[in-house]
Amino acid sequence: MHMADALISPAVGGTMLAATAGVAAYSAKKITYDIDEKKIPLMGVMGAFVFAAQMINFSIPGTGSSGHIGGGMLLAILLGPYAGFLTMASVLLIQALFFGDGGLLAYGCNVFNLGFFTCFVAYQLIYKRIIRKGITSKKIFVASVISAVIGLQLGAFAVVLETLLSGKTELPFGTFVMLMQPVHLAIGIGEGLITAAVVSFVWKARPEILEKAAFGEAFGNISMGKVLAGLAIAALLVGGVLSWFASSYPDGLEWSIEKTAGTAELEQPGGIHETLSKIQDKTAFLPDYSFRESEGESGGEAEAVDTEESAWPAVSAGTSVSGIVGGLLTLALTVLTGLIIGGIKRRKRKAIA
Amino acid sequence: MLKSTQDIHRIDINNRETQGAALQPCPKNLNRDLILLMASAGDSFYNILHLDELARMDTSIHRVHPLAKLLVTVAFLVAVSSFGRYDISGLLTFFFYPVTIFVLSEIPAASILKRLLLISPLIVGMGILNPLFERQTFILGGVVLSTGWITFLSILIKGALTVTAALLLVATTGMDRLARALRMLGVPRIFVLQLLLTYRYISVLTEEVARMQRAYALRAPGQRGVHTRAWGSFAGQLILRSFDRAQRVWQAMRARGFTGDYNIGEDTRFKFRDFAYLSGWIFFFAVARIFDVPGFIGSIMTWLAKH
Repeated sequence: MHMADALISPAVGGTMLAATAGVAAYSAKKITYDIDEKKIPLMGVMGAFVFAAQMINFSIPGTGSSGHIGGGMLLAILLGPYAGFLTMASVLLIQALFFGDGGLLAYGCNVFNLGFFTCFVAYQLIYKRIIRKGITSKKIFVASVISAVIGLQLGAFAVVLETLLSGKTELPFGTFVMLMQPVHLAIGIGEGLITAAVVSFVWKARPEILEKAAFGEAFGNISMGKVLAGLAIAALLVGGVLSWFASSYPDGLEWSIEKTAGTAELEQPGGIHETLSKIQDKTAFLPDYSFRESEGESGGEAEAVDTEESAWPAVSAGTSVSGIVGGLLTLALTVLTGLIIGGIKRRKRKAIA
Repeated sequence: MLKSTQDIHRIDINNRETQGAALQPCPKNLNRDLILLMASAGDSFYNILHLDELARMDTSIHRVHPLAKLLVTVAFLVAVSSFGRYDISGLLTFFFYPVTIFVLSEIPAASILKRLLLISPLIVGMGILNPLFERQTFILGGVVLSTGWITFLSILIKGALTVTAALLLVATTGMDRLARALRMLGVPRIFVLQLLLTYRYISVLTEEVARMQRAYALRAPGQRGVHTRAWGSFAGQLILRSFDRAQRVWQAMRARGFTGDYNIGEDTRFKFRDFAYLSGWIFFFAVARIFDVPGFIGSIMTWLAKH
C-alpha cells in the first residue's frame, strides 16, 4: 500500500506532508509532556520490532500461502496513539530511505494512510471504545479485527483519492476502488487476526503493558477536536499556498491544458475522472513537439505559438523523430558527462599516487 | 521472569504439536525452507549494513553538508514529480543528476540498481494498467498505440529517478548525519531520537527473528510459515523480549549520562561549498523543468539534418 513518488503530484504530496507534520508535531508535544522519557527507547525498539515482525511468515489457513503484518494497529494498541503514530512514521521513513518502499515526496501520504487512520481513527474510535469497560480475550479479538479492517479500508481509500487527485495515472475511479477495497479487506482481516493473537498473548503474559496503553496512564488522553482542527488548518494553509504556487507555475498537465483550453481550472462539477478525461481529450501528444511542427508548417514563425491548437492525432512522424532524437542525445550527453568526470577523477587519483 | 519461561515452554509445545502433522522428516524441504528463511532475513539486514558502509566512504559528495543534500533531493523529487503524464522528453534531462552523483560519490551503481529492480514490480503494476484504460491513441512509425503507453513510460522513468535519488541520498549521507539535518530543519527531538533508535535496533531484532524462525523451521519441517496456533506466542514472545530490551537500553543510556540529545561529534556548519552545491543543483533543476532541453537539441539536430 506504499505510494511511490512516481504516482503523485507535488501539490498532493506537499499537502499530505504538511498534514503529517502537523499530527507528528502534536504527538511529539503530547509525548514530551505526558510520557516519562523511558518510553523513547521503547518506541525505538518497537519500531525495529515492526521491521522484524514483517519478516515473520504467518501461514494462512486453507490457502497454503503465508503473509506478514503491517503493524500499524499493533503499535497503536501497545504504545497508544501518539507514540504509535510517531513510531509508524519512523518505520516508514526508514523504509522509504533504505528500501525505496514509498518515496520521500509520498512520505506524508504513506504516514497518513498507514499511521493516522490506524492510530487516530481506528484505535481511537473503535478499539478503545470496545475495550473501555475492561479487557477480555473476546473483546481484544473483536476490537482488533474490526479496527484493523476499518483502518486499512480507510487507508486504501485514501490511496485511491491521493492517486486520482495527483493525475499521474489514468484509472477510472470505480475500477480503482473495486480493485483496492476488496484486496485490502482480505489483508485487513488477516492483519486483524494476527494482531488479535499477538495482543491477547501479550495481555495474558503482561497485562500491565496493555492496561497502561489503553487507559492512558502514561500516554495522556487524546483530544480529537484539537488534532482535527490543527490538521484542517495545516491542510488549508499549505493547500492554499501550494495551489497558488501550482497555478502560477503550472505543472506539465495544467500547463498543456492552459495552452489548449485557455484555463487551468481543474475543478468541475463532473467529477475528477470526467474532468481528467476531458482534459485528456484536449491535451496534445507531447505538446512541445506538436507546436514545433506547426511552427515548421507555417514557415518558421517564432512567436504566436501559444494560440496554436493542434488536433489530437495530428502528430507527424517528423516531430516524433525530433523528440526521440533529442531524448537519446540528452541521455548520451549525460552518460558522456559521467564518463568525463570519472576520467578526471581517475587521473587525479593517479597523479596523487 | 517466571512467566516468560513458561511461555517459552508453551511455544515449544506448540511446535511439537504442529510437527505431529508432518512427522516424517523431509530434509529436502527443510533445506529449501532454511535457504528461503536466510534469504528473507538477509535482505533488509544486508541492505542496511551495505548502505551504512557506503555512507562511510569519503568523497566530495559525502563531504557535502547533509542538509544541502537533503534539500537538493527534495527539490529533485518535486521537479520530477511535477511533470505531467505525457511529458517524457523533459524528464530525460533529470538523469543528469543521478549519473553525476554516482560518478562523483563513487557509489557502485549495481548496489542501488539492484534495489531499484526489487521495487520496480510495484511501479510497473500500477503503470501497466494505463494502456488498458486510456482510449486515446497515437501513431508511432505507422503503429497505432494507446496513449497509456506514454503514461506508463513516464511512470517508469519517474519511478527510476525518484527511487534512485532517495537511495543515493542515504548512501552518500548515512542515517546519523541525516538525522542531524532533520534536527536542523526543526523536526522534533523525540522523533529524531526514536528514528535513530529504530534504525539501530533493526539489525538486532532482525537477527533475533531469524534465530526464532530457524528454530521454528527445524521443529516444523515442510510447513509454510508460522502455524495459526503459534501466531500469538511467536510474535508475542518477540514483543515481550523487545520490551525487556527497551528497559535495559534505557538503563544503559541513563548510566552513560544520556541527556536527551544524540551527538555525532561532527562539524555541522553550513559552508560556502554547501551553499554552492545547493544553489547549483536547484538552478539546474529549474532550467531543466522550465525548458525542454531534449526537445531543443532534437529540433536543432533534425534541422541540421534537413539542411
